[in-house]
This record gives sequence, structure tokens and C-alpha cells, in this order.
Amino acid sequence: MNTIVPSRRDFLKGAAAAAAAGVVPMSVVKLAFADTAQDFTFAYISDAHIQHISGNKFVRNWDRGLIRAVAETNLLNPKPDFVMFGGDLGQLGMKEELDHGAEMLSKLHYPLHCVMGEHDYYLDLGEYWSKLFGPHWYSFDHKGVHFVVLNSILTYDDWTFNKWPSAEQRMLEMAGLDNPNGSPFMVGEKQRAWLKADLDKVAKTTPLVVFSHSPLQKLYKGWNFWTEDAEEVQALLKPFEKVNVIYGHVHQIQYNQVGNISFNAVMATAWPWPYPQSYAQAEHTMPVLTVPMNRADPFFERDATGWQFIDVHTGRVAMKYNLYNNTARTVAWNPATGKPEDTTFQDPAKRIPPQVHY
Amino acid sequence: MKRKIAVALAAAVVLAVVGGIAIQADEFTKKDQERWEKEYMSVVQKGRELWTSPALGTNNVACAQCHPNAANTHPETYPKFQQQLGRVIALREMINWCIQQPLEGKPLALDDPKMVAMEAYVMYERRGVALAPGKH
Repeated sequence: MNTIVPSRRDFLKGAAAAAAAGVVPMSVVKLAFADTAQDFTFAYISDAHIQHISGNKFVRNWDRGLIRAVAETNLLNPKPDFVMFGGDLGQLGMKEELDHGAEMLSKLHYPLHCVMGEHDYYLDLGEYWSKLFGPHWYSFDHKGVHFVVLNSILTYDDWTFNKWPSAEQRMLEMAGLDNPNGSPFMVGEKQRAWLKADLDKVAKTTPLVVFSHSPLQKLYKGWNFWTEDAEEVQALLKPFEKVNVIYGHVHQIQYNQVGNISFNAVMATAWPWPYPQSYAQAEHTMPVLTVPMNRADPFFERDATGWQFIDVHTGRVAMKYNLYNNTARTVAWNPATGKPEDTTFQDPAKRIPPQVHY
Repeated sequence: MKRKIAVALAAAVVLAVVGGIAIQADEFTKKDQERWEKEYMSVVQKGRELWTSPALGTNNVACAQCHPNAANTHPETYPKFQQQLGRVIALREMINWCIQQPLEGKPLALDDPKMVAMEAYVMYERRGVALAPGKH
């Protein structure tokens, strides 16, 4: 939890940066609860990958992504109740990176909850991250919704504890997305037991929002768009009427419906990733439901990155993707079809050429 | 003089016959194929090392950070009109653009063995995809 109130000067700097980039502060739509006290939204920033070069130097490109997301989130009106950070704050889990990232996040005007990413974890197994941001997994309740934060980027003990000569080597091996020496992500038995006990206390009619770094579904193992024990975790979520899983890691818009569980991925502030279908040698199971984001234009360094704000007023997630160099997109639960759908592009006839990836 | 040439020619014919298949340009063995494959894959491997290494730039960023398995590089579409540069370019010019911008490094000579290795790696990851020069 972070409730540091930045100085007026910092706020104005942030506002000026956003204004210079041509961003208009946006308004959140009025929500549909009868009891207006229950209306709320929250913002989601993820995958900043703050990367240390040497001394006090960090990769400028990634810094700018997080600075911009924080500045824009601070301009939301009405204000979101809290901000989630979805993991991978650092690139190689170093204190320098996590401290630098935490400093930027401290400019947020709202309470902050954080999710662990593999880039935060595999240097010291999340120890320093935990000093800054708290427990690796936890839950909280907010205005009638039960929120669960999982650490889904654990893996087999043998890989974590026995395979690598140094912590630095372990971190580097896991940091390479396409590295064949990596290992599949998982929530693990211990945390699943905790999740079961946590959910036992919650009424099955309570809307559930689960945050994880990896997808909690199996999309493409080669890049760890994957959680090894996804089925076991999904089984624990199955008894609830309204279940939403929001995950980072994939650096792109994805959404899916598995049984009663709606999945939404969030974008990165650092850089976008290709869709698995654009790797010619890959076998993947990307959701057919997902309308891809536009192919990124590398000449705009913030293209295909961004942040999102979310409302859960129906107990289902409506996610507005705030894209920097493209029109914003909204993926919202469609009660008629029982699935999350893009409010503009879901109909194949409405799609535009840049959404075709190859 | 003529005689000398005739002798030399005869000697060459004898050598060619005795030398047998070694100088037949259009016949090659399984061993040759294995050697070509090995040479090629060693360069692909070198390209993969460069692709995943921060050595090409100055800010520790590697090509693979944005392009895992060299995906989203579309080597089959080059040469093509790169609208942001306003002209038709080769893939290796785009590789140099990336080295200079996101990696904040110095461009390689277009015939630098490192450049050839990276191109070999990108193409290898894209094997099986039909050529589509000019496609955006």
C-alpha cells in the first residue's frame, strides 16, 4: 500500500508532461449501481521493465513509459479508487531497478497494490521487492468485490534452487522470454492451498477479481504465456458466479472466456510483444476471441504500449486500453454473449488491416 | 609451341580422369551437405547469440527483448518500402535502425559478419514462410 502524496510541483510536472503529449484528461463513465457509494474504478499499470545500465543511468525508453502512465493515471477524473501494478517493475530484479521504479510509482496519487513478476523475483526470490511492496500473495475486499493477488511466476524447485551457479545467472535465464533454459510458471501447491482457504470465506455470489502476472491459462508455452497449474487454479475459481482474471506478462491485448472465468491481459508500459501466431515455428492456443492490437510501429517508441482503467460495476470487468499512438480500445463483458468483447472491433467486418498479424 | 600445349592438354585430361569425382562440379556427397548445414547453423547460432546479447548497443537492451525468436521482424517482406524512412530498404538496414534507436548503438557495416549472422538467424526463425517482398 502506498499513499504518499506528492508535492504540487511534482503533480504539475506530470500534468505538463501529459499535456505536452496531447493527452486529454478523461472521465470515467457513470456506473450502474443503485448505491452510488459502490461505484468504483481502478487503474492498471504493468510491465515497466525498468532497466539499469550503470551508476545512475537507466534505459530512457522504459523510464518514459512508466513516467507517462503514472502522470496520466493521476489525471483521471473521477479518480480511480486504487492502482494496480501488474509485475515486472524491474528488468533483472536489481535493487537499483526496483528502487528507481518504486520512486516513479510513489508519484501516484492513489493507493497502490502490486503483483510479483518473474523479473522482480528470480534474483533474490522476491526479498527486496517484498520490502518495498509487501507480501508475495494476498487478498483484499473493496466495495463488495473480493480481490486476490497471486504470485503465479513460481516454478519447479529444482530449477529455482539447484540448477544455476548464481542468483544472477538464474535471473538472466528466466529474463529471456524465448530462452529454452527457462521453466514454466506456476502458482504452486502451497499458494493454491492458501487460495482455497481464502476463497472458502467468500460468498459464491461475490464478484471475484484475480490478479496474476502470468495468464492462469495455457496459451503458448515457449514464451511462458502459460501457467503450469492453470487448470487447478481455475477449478478453485469455478464455483463463483462472476470471476475475472487480469494478467500482465504478455505485453499485449488478449481476452478470453473459459467456462465462467473471463480473462483480460494488460499492456506493458515498456514495449509490446508479438502475438505467438507471428512466430512461424510456434504451436499455440491463442484465444480466437481476441482481436489483436494494431501491429506496432517501432518508429513511435510508445506505440502499442500503455495502461488501462477498469470498472467492475456489473461484477464483470470493462477494460479501457489507453493506447498512446492509436485510438483507445474497450473490451467489456457482453451480457448477451456471456463473453468479454471489443466494443468496436469484435465483428470481423469492423476490423482494420493493422490488426492482421503475420 | 603447339606440341607443348597439346602435351599440357593431354596431361590435364589424364589428371581429370585420374582425379575422378573430386573435380566434378555438380556432384556432392552427404558429407558435403553435412558440412554446409554445419557451417550455416554455426552462423545462425552466432546470430542468436548476438540477438540475445546486449553487446550491439550501449544500454544493455538486446534485440530479443522486443523480438523473441526474432518474431515480428517479417524478413520475407524485404526489400520493401519503409514508409518511415521514405525509401525501399533491405532487412539489414532495419536491423541497423534498431541497433541505433532502441539499443542506442553504432550501426554495423552492411557486410559485417555480425550482420550476416543476425540476418541468418532471423531468416532461420522464419523458415517455411513464403517470400512476400514489398508487403507491408
